[in-house]
Amino acid sequence: MIAEILTIPGFPDAQPVEGLLGGLMIGGAAAIMLLGLGRIAGVSGMLARASGVERTETPWPIAMLFVIGLVVGAGLFSAVAGPIEASFPPGYGWLVAGGLAVGFGTRLGSGCTSGHGVCGMSRLSPRSLVATATFIVAGVVTVAIVNAAGAAW
Amino acid sequence: MVMRALLALLSGALFGGGLALSGMMNPARVRGFLDIFGAWDPTLAFVMGGAVIVMAIAWAVQTRMGRPALDVQFHLPGTRDLDPRLIGGSALFGIGWALAGLCPGPAIASLATQLVPAAIFVAAMLAGMLLMRLVPRG
Repeated sequence: MIAEILTIPGFPDAQPVEGLLGGLMIGGAAAIMLLGLGRIAGVSGMLARASGVERTETPWPIAMLFVIGLVVGAGLFSAVAGPIEASFPPGYGWLVAGGLAVGFGTRLGSGCTSGHGVCGMSRLSPRSLVATATFIVAGVVTVAIVNAAGAAW
Repeated sequence: MVMRALLALLSGALFGGGLALSGMMNPARVRGFLDIFGAWDPTLAFVMGGAVIVMAIAWAVQTRMGRPALDVQFHLPGTRDLDPRLIGGSALFGIGWALAGLCPGPAIASLATQLVPAAIFVAAMLAGMLLMRLVPRG
């Protein structure tokens, strides 16, 4: 997209430049939440609070506006930069099964890619390092099983 | 509260913009990162790397701040146990992440651009969160 010349040898489809720049923005967003509001920018926790599934001590408006901000930010980006490339799974069953597992798992495990992956790993939190290693390994194994079953998408 | 609310909106919007730029709103690309035995797509590692670099600096700054800019104190998790809930929950999250190619942030952000599939995933995710409340603490 932005830097089609800058690719990684052997991985022509990877977007290292956009990925790194987007990652810096995500880190900046989490830094604003930490240094401005004193909280972890964990999306699963913010969604649980905003939706009323959990009643934590995070003020409801902060959680709700953070969640709304995610939609606003992505919408503004696509309005300015054009359609966002997205290839979704080939059926709603994947989304329902995946969503149920993600919702249940992130609350049981107290975090997802943002809370454990970005905020916790950068703090060298042992819980977050273990959580992140666990969900990546579980994801790799799951994709391998789905592919072996001939259901790759 | 107005300033805090605006900052929360700004944080969310910057996060959503970063997800959009990074390619992480493409479930096939996220799935590709987990497909290390197939057509591996390393993009997610660059996203995570960029975000962790910025946050590592933020944590260094945080230790020098007595309190956050807009609050009287920090509200940070202090749990330390590597318990079965952490491991089991994270494993289940990883399975769902791989099935759909979506984690919570990109799923919510995709409500702006892919309303129907994103809404189905987010609804299922909220149902999963509600179901978890039935698990007894212990």
